[in-house]
Amino acid sequence: MPASIFLNVAASGVLTGLVYGLMALGLSVIFGVVRVVNFAHGEMMTIAMYMAVVLFSAYHLDPLLMLLPIAGVLFALGYVMQAGLINPFINRPEHSQFMLLVAVAMIMVNALLLIFGPDARSVQTAYAYDSFQAGPLIVDAAKVYAALAAAAVAAGLFAFFRYSLLGKAIRACADNYQGALVVGLDVRRLYALTFGLGAACVGAAGCMMVLLVDVTPPLGPSSTLLAFVIVIIGGLGSMPGALLGGMLIGLTEALAGLLFTPSAKSMFAFGMLVIVLLFRPQGILGKSAS
Amino acid sequence: MSGHWFDGVSPRAAKLLTLLCVALVLFPLIASDYLITVLILILYFAYVGQAWNLMMGFAGQLSLGHALYVGLGAYAAAALYVHFGVSPWIGLWAAMAIAAVAGGVIGFLALRFGVAGVYFAILTIAFAEFARLAFDHWPWVGGSAGFFLPVANYASNDLINLRGSPTMFYYLLLAMTAAALVSCHALLRSRAGYYWLAIRESPEAAQALGVDLFRYKMYVVVLSAAMTSLGGVIFAFYYNNLFPEQVFHISRSIELILAPIIGGIGTLFGPIIGAFLLTTLAEGLGELMRLLGIDVPGVKQVFYGLCLLVVVMFLPDGVWPPLARRLKLEQQRSQGLAER
Repeated sequence: MPASIFLNVAASGVLTGLVYGLMALGLSVIFGVVRVVNFAHGEMMTIAMYMAVVLFSAYHLDPLLMLLPIAGVLFALGYVMQAGLINPFINRPEHSQFMLLVAVAMIMVNALLLIFGPDARSVQTAYAYDSFQAGPLIVDAAKVYAALAAAAVAAGLFAFFRYSLLGKAIRACADNYQGALVVGLDVRRLYALTFGLGAACVGAAGCMMVLLVDVTPPLGPSSTLLAFVIVIIGGLGSMPGALLGGMLIGLTEALAGLLFTPSAKSMFAFGMLVIVLLFRPQGILGKSAS
Repeated sequence: MSGHWFDGVSPRAAKLLTLLCVALVLFPLIASDYLITVLILILYFAYVGQAWNLMMGFAGQLSLGHALYVGLGAYAAAALYVHFGVSPWIGLWAAMAIAAVAGGVIGFLALRFGVAGVYFAILTIAFAEFARLAFDHWPWVGGSAGFFLPVANYASNDLINLRGSPTMFYYLLLAMTAAALVSCHALLRSRAGYYWLAIRESPEAAQALGVDLFRYKMYVVVLSAAMTSLGGVIFAFYYNNLFPEQVFHISRSIELILAPIIGGIGTLFGPIIGAFLLTTLAEGLGELMRLLGIDVPGVKQVFYGLCLLVVVMFLPDGVWPPLARRLKLEQQRSQGLAER
């Protein structure tokens, strides 16, 4: 096999991985602050993907241009979910929170199945078959656009948490829950905002993902699993870790698909997860357990 | 051991339990074939739920990958039967041994490397998913195309090779569920049982009192894995077909733990009542949809999800603890997680 094939496959894997990373970033932000594992994460992404598909087929609106409105809708969904459903569960045991989100996920998958049916839907943009060439390297235009958008959204989120007052307040809640209460932060509202932000992240990721893969309702649960794998590899609660984990998984999947059979590609992701859990349970970029 | 079997069962509870047992034993005499298959499902979920509950409800170790043990048990017994003609009664020992080793490896790695809580739960998912993909690519057991047992001859019941009518499987599962209930009850009153409860409530305090955390957590993981695998053996011989995509899938693991959570985690009767409620709910919804002439995929599951949501929100300890109080079966309460 010529080296250029490896290079091309690896590059496209890393670009797809950036989108994975953005999806996982949402999960990581939610867990890092609210301490709830969002078992409906992938399902929320498929909701965004279906919205992009509908907008595209009805009005020919490009998914990447619809990124902001769709992320906004997902933000509202996440905010309402946290404020209405999850906040009362904050002090309940883990398995109880888990059940709640499993129920939500089940409703989401099957509602999508009900509305859109089991057939795969996709978006056929004008640039779907374009590609960029640099020397021996050839990559799909759609993947480049998607990865650039993912990087931009992630950068925006980093800036928000680093520089804005609200972002700082949210980080304060994550660092010291009691301290945040003492200084008078409205923790429940900040939790709802955080869940909304995580949902907006995954909604944005959905708009990019729809350029790369077809959407079916079962894509939701498998994406949830993928997002878990990524955040644990990168470090649960670490934002750069999620992006790094996403790129690593994208790369592994692409190379495994090339060297072995594509259907076995996730096996390597899970194998990697087990290795990371055992030798560095806090993840590659995670802080060691407190 | 002998003293523990019926300790702490009030006369009233014993009476109700006997009544239930008699009703269940006589049930096939009056029930239709359909009702028997529904009851088989209920008993299956009650049994594997009990096995999972041992680990989560009593020792506080959250596993979200129990489909792994069901699948390993199912494939082990089925492969031995199909390839070598080994009776499932011998195969089940192999199934339990393999599942126990798998549980032991996961438990050992998790405990030695300090993987706990959410991370432990995700580690168990990862192993189950890994097994799913591995079995998908393993031709000896049919790979993703599935593994099939020769179809049963319903005219005669061959108990040795577990080939026969649903009624046979019904009684088999009834015996297993009853045995699981009684042995879990006895286990809880043994030294290990008290240690597990101590570990669940406060690992630090248990350790300070001299409980060997590693050893007793390993016991419960291995025991729960072996017990779950027996459910897998029955699964294989009842359905006669195994697909990695279905057997090992995460949705199977979730399905398996719904009953004890809805019924009441950490209670002995929770998995049974939970399995009964969830299966009747699912079947009832299916029936209702048929009556209303709605044939759209997803409707049933949306309602199912909504019902789950309502139960989790309004009955945080599950259905059984409040029900037990109503039926005045108080001694169950001390085993619940109610105080947490």
